[in-house]
Amino acid sequence: MTETPARRSAPPALPSALGRGGTATVLLILVLIFVVIATQNPSFFQGPPLMAFAKKAAPLVILAVGQYLVIVSGEFDLSVGSLVGAQVVIAARLIDGEEGMTLPVIVLMLAFGVLVGLVNGLVTTFLGVPSIITTLGMMLVLFGAVRFWTGGAPTGSLSEAFRVPGRGGIEDLPFLGQLPWAALIALALTVGAVFLMRSPFGRSLMATGDNDVAAAFSGVRVRRVRILAFVGSALMATVAAILIGGYAGVTAQVGQGLEFTAITAVVLGGVVLGGGRGTVVAAALGALTVEALFTLFNQLYLPSTIQPSVQGLIIIAAVAYAARRGDLRPPGRPRRRPDHEPEREPGTPRR
Amino acid sequence: MRISRMLLAGTAGLTLMLSACTTDAPDDGAPGGEDGAGPTPDAEWFDRAEYDAQLAQREITPEGSPDEPWLQAIEPEWTDTSEFVHDSPEDATVCFSNASVSNPWRVTGFITMEQQVEALQEEGRIGDFRVSDAADDDNQQISDIQAFVDSGDCDAIIISPSTTATLTPAVETACESGVPVIVFDRGVNTDCMVTFIHPIGGYAYGADAAEFLVDNLEPGSTVLALRILPGVDVLEHRWAAAQQIFGESELDVLGYEFTEGDGAKIKDLVSQHLQRGEVDGIWMDAGDGAVAALEAFEDAGRPYPVISGEDELSFMRKWDEEGLTAIAPVYSNFQWRTPVLAAAMILDGEEVPAEWVLPQEPIRQGELQEFLDRNADMPSLHYAKFGGEDLPGFPEAWTDR
Repeated sequence: MTETPARRSAPPALPSALGRGGTATVLLILVLIFVVIATQNPSFFQGPPLMAFAKKAAPLVILAVGQYLVIVSGEFDLSVGSLVGAQVVIAARLIDGEEGMTLPVIVLMLAFGVLVGLVNGLVTTFLGVPSIITTLGMMLVLFGAVRFWTGGAPTGSLSEAFRVPGRGGIEDLPFLGQLPWAALIALALTVGAVFLMRSPFGRSLMATGDNDVAAAFSGVRVRRVRILAFVGSALMATVAAILIGGYAGVTAQVGQGLEFTAITAVVLGGVVLGGGRGTVVAAALGALTVEALFTLFNQLYLPSTIQPSVQGLIIIAAVAYAARRGDLRPPGRPRRRPDHEPEREPGTPRR
Repeated sequence: MRISRMLLAGTAGLTLMLSACTTDAPDDGAPGGEDGAGPTPDAEWFDRAEYDAQLAQREITPEGSPDEPWLQAIEPEWTDTSEFVHDSPEDATVCFSNASVSNPWRVTGFITMEQQVEALQEEGRIGDFRVSDAADDDNQQISDIQAFVDSGDCDAIIISPSTTATLTPAVETACESGVPVIVFDRGVNTDCMVTFIHPIGGYAYGADAAEFLVDNLEPGSTVLALRILPGVDVLEHRWAAAQQIFGESELDVLGYEFTEGDGAKIKDLVSQHLQRGEVDGIWMDAGDGAVAALEAFEDAGRPYPVISGEDELSFMRKWDEEGLTAIAPVYSNFQWRTPVLAAAMILDGEEVPAEWVLPQEPIRQGELQEFLDRNADMPSLHYAKFGGEDLPGFPEAWTDR
């Protein structure tokens, strides 16, 4: 606990931080991947290709920030991929090409996002269902409900206005070409999340993930904090859905597998599963790194079918790396094992 | 401690660089030299005799009325079904084991099938219609078929197999139960069924698309292939035929990408290819996400490619709006009507073709407007050659899904 605020404050001088894991490590990996991409495709760093990359990566950055909120509080959210798919399908069906429906439907989508997050949070905290099960269930519920509602494949179409955030941008800039709205939205949400994590709420969230019993004793309303984290994640997924739908329109497969890509991004950013450690910026950089890696694979003509295997390796390697760091921690720091809850005195708050 | 971490990070970086370099090496050869993207098709998925047969079938005029393509057949060998005559067909139960409705093509087809069933029920040609959906799970479908057999209620069993080899024993079990079995869409490795219904096939589809690109692009033009998944026979055959035709042409195949039909992935992959150079043509093994591929050209400020999509309406509407040079190969969606019609015919003792090869004609520029008009009210993920315009539920059944 004493260590975390320092970790979150201004990043230490880069050279000394390179080996320490977290933000600096993932930044180093990102730079390395960019260097390799540049050797493969020198034109990548001319403005427009870079902006195209930013446009493509923005939804994953937003999903990773949302996933960060949940993971840092000691939980998981596996439902975001299905939620993205459901939201895009809902949008297409309700808008059905009518420009006037754009804003009302976006409001409805945000409300639906809040609802899904609330259900995830309430079931996890009040019914005591582990979040990995709650959100796995929610993933299946949403997947099935959308299939049922649409008879198996999406119908309708998105309006032009709906597609602007994901597809459009500030046009005709020198050097850059188009500065995508998606990138600006992702940047704004990331900055917002950084400030959120420095606020009292953010510190409560971090404390909850680190040790929920201790946090509860020191006055944190653990359940409320976690429910809000789930709502935040679902809202982020909704924004990501607006961007993804805008980017490429409606297909039956939209959103599939995004939850694991988001988790990969977060753990690659050094955010520790089980909660309590890691930064928003590292999670966002993790997302950029995952996208950059996929871009690199494409540049190398590796088939995209190998992506899930690589994601799996990244998750295992990143967590193993983090666990190793944990073992090397000086003795005396309390170890927190979220899956083996310490015995409690009667009457202590349950997670 | 810090040093060991720096070492680790450094090693990781080095590995990345090295692997990048090693993987780069084969690319130094001729473009299109990656695995499987070359001029010769993968032997596992290429059957020369079948390829030649399918390409020839495209030229054969099918028997039957052109107004009812779902009842047409190419070079049918009629088989006697008098042993299956049902005394009161209006009480006959027809059972259907469906692989899934997991993509828009299957959804469209299944709606058409249900409407055909209603029409036949009103005519008193079949009675009860029972459906089980295996959700793309082979084991589920095997037990679905077994359940139909065990129930003893089915007077005819229709099967749309999820995969070829795995479902073969299940189809044989259904045949052994003594009721007429009808297989359609994907095949199985047995001929115990009364009839096997399918459009010409994957080679013809891939060839229609590839020939169009060869005819409409200058020699030396670059073509990018977008494929959904590896290892699915109907899709592999499309690609094998395209490889064959591209190999004999002077087009430069940049390579192929697996997209899972995901629009975001397609757009990203095409954008990246555009960053690296010209793409003059797009070949797709299925039309899902064709619009996303075209938008990648729009967003990059490049002229549209010559493209082969599918008869999915979102693509055909884009084709019309932008005046593209395009073709819509067709994997005849109206084939979903044929199995229930075949069931009614068999229960009536009429002859049916043992292998019922339905026509499969691509939609070309000249017919574009006609098919767009006919499907004006249909949703964008609908297939133009669904062939249900004369059914009682038209158009609400397809517009309000």
